[in-house]
Amino acid sequence: MTRSVRLQEIASARTGDKGNRLNLVLVCRDPAHYPIVAAQVTAERVAEVFAARKPTRVVRYNLPRLAAFNFVLDDVLEGGVNASLGLDGHGKSLSFLVLDIPIEITADAPRLHDGEKRSIRGTVS
Amino acid sequence: MAKVFIGAAAGFAGDRSDAGGPVVASLAAASGPRFLMYETLAERTLALCQLERRQNPLRGYSPALERMLPPVLARCLAAGIKIIANFGAANPTAAARRIEEMARALGVRPPYIAAIDGDDIAGKLSANELASRRIDGVDLSRAREIISANLYLGAQPIAQALDQGADIVVTGRVADSALALGPLLHAFRWPADDWDRLAAGTLAGHLLECGAQVTGGYFADPGYKDVPGLAEVGYPIAEVDETGEIVITKPAGTGGVVDRLTVIEQTLYEIHDPSAYLAPDVVLDLTAVDVAEIGKDRVRVSGARGRPAPETLKATVCVDGGFLGEAEISYAGPNAAARAQLAAGVVRARVRKRLPNLNVRIDSIGVRSVWGATDSPTDLRGAQANDIRLRFAAESANAADAEILLDEVEALYCAGPAGGAGVRRRLTPRLASASCLIERRFAQPRVTMLGAPA
Repeated sequence: MTRSVRLQEIASARTGDKGNRLNLVLVCRDPAHYPIVAAQVTAERVAEVFAARKPTRVVRYNLPRLAAFNFVLDDVLEGGVNASLGLDGHGKSLSFLVLDIPIEITADAPRLHDGEKRSIRGTVS
Repeated sequence: MAKVFIGAAAGFAGDRSDAGGPVVASLAAASGPRFLMYETLAERTLALCQLERRQNPLRGYSPALERMLPPVLARCLAAGIKIIANFGAANPTAAARRIEEMARALGVRPPYIAAIDGDDIAGKLSANELASRRIDGVDLSRAREIISANLYLGAQPIAQALDQGADIVVTGRVADSALALGPLLHAFRWPADDWDRLAAGTLAGHLLECGAQVTGGYFADPGYKDVPGLAEVGYPIAEVDETGEIVITKPAGTGGVVDRLTVIEQTLYEIHDPSAYLAPDVVLDLTAVDVAEIGKDRVRVSGARGRPAPETLKATVCVDGGFLGEAEISYAGPNAAARAQLAAGVVRARVRKRLPNLNVRIDSIGVRSVWGATDSPTDLRGAQANDIRLRFAAESANAADAEILLDEVEALYCAGPAGGAGVRRRLTPRLASASCLIERRFAQPRVTMLGAPA
């Protein structure tokens, strides 16, 4: 039996910029979730989430010792902070695009953050 | 030797001017070599300072110096806390003179100040020579004028300045991490080819260089990642031992949090390949780094590995980027989305008639403020929001073209849909930037000492 949770429930993220390139750090709250996130939050899945920004390349670097991943997305900032017409030329808001990805976890998967004190915004299937 | 303590009181020029107080208080109570660093030079900041220096040869340093240094200067001098800062921007010597004035005004002893320059290569390489070394960013071959071109210098000149007894080191463009590696080279006498230790020092600097981003800033997400006392978040202190083991912590009594997540997020922040983070002094490999919570707000970071420094140095080159025009107007209440939709159409039609080539972006604040795309049509059908602020933006080589968009938005007051309110308009000169890789022979760091040793 699996259930669906939002990635935000089991991972933490931040984005940074270098010119027109975005890096997105994704860290599992519980290192035991690393294989689940590795299997489901692939470079291809992140590229889909960013499709409207037309990334020319998405690479995922794995950091198993840190239970973390570094995604590097090329050409998603409309030229970057010195060239974009948008309000968020740095891409600082974009970690939350990825944190909205639904993740399927098994019902006996490791506990979510804070021992599941809060309701999980997902459905049991 | 005992541990070295390095605090960070600014992660960018707009950072809090009172951040340094608790960090200095904490450093003053510690024993061992203690340093306080300030990182205040974003890519474009230096170009703005260069423009200012052209107007006035006594200026061209970071204006952040004026509000950040006075609150800590007296206490740092009294306690023997050395200050390392890139306030120098386009004119480190002028920054040093300004600090001398500050000390006089505060009535404290005259500090011994090192000014480090030699990062400016605008006079050494032509626009074409820079263009041939470009790796990304704006096309330099078409630039009318190079406004600034600066190498990222490494930590050695900072260490030399401290070796000579400087109380304060002000630099122009150096790698941000060098602001911490320099003091560590000085304190521990690490050889310039001890790559693993240089890597550890670079990692310490990388963790510190964004200030509160490692202590709970840019992190809080209520209900998911709660941060106590964010309004008084403590800025970080790194305790580094001779082997290169780092403990990240923050001053007692401050808000914020230092834990596994804050430290890992910042370890990888703005990194490309984690096995090869290129710094001027070393190539840092993060793949064997371990992060462990060893106490409340104390996280140990170990396992940085290094490889020989890259053969080239990165430089940032800034050129004129034309003008960015932005204007906003609000529609609220029943049918707001339809009125905003109509306003967007009116402005598009008017601009298309007057200046067909002007590329206009429209965001609908209240519906989608940052996740739209410039080439997306405005589509507010079905929008539930009843308070929408339209934001229009365009860029142009000359001010007049962008002004046409701003005029058309303002004209909506009398000639647009009902209830259009609160127009604000702004025209901003822009700088465009590119990155280049430059041979090391063009780096000629120079350390100039002002004043006298205490």
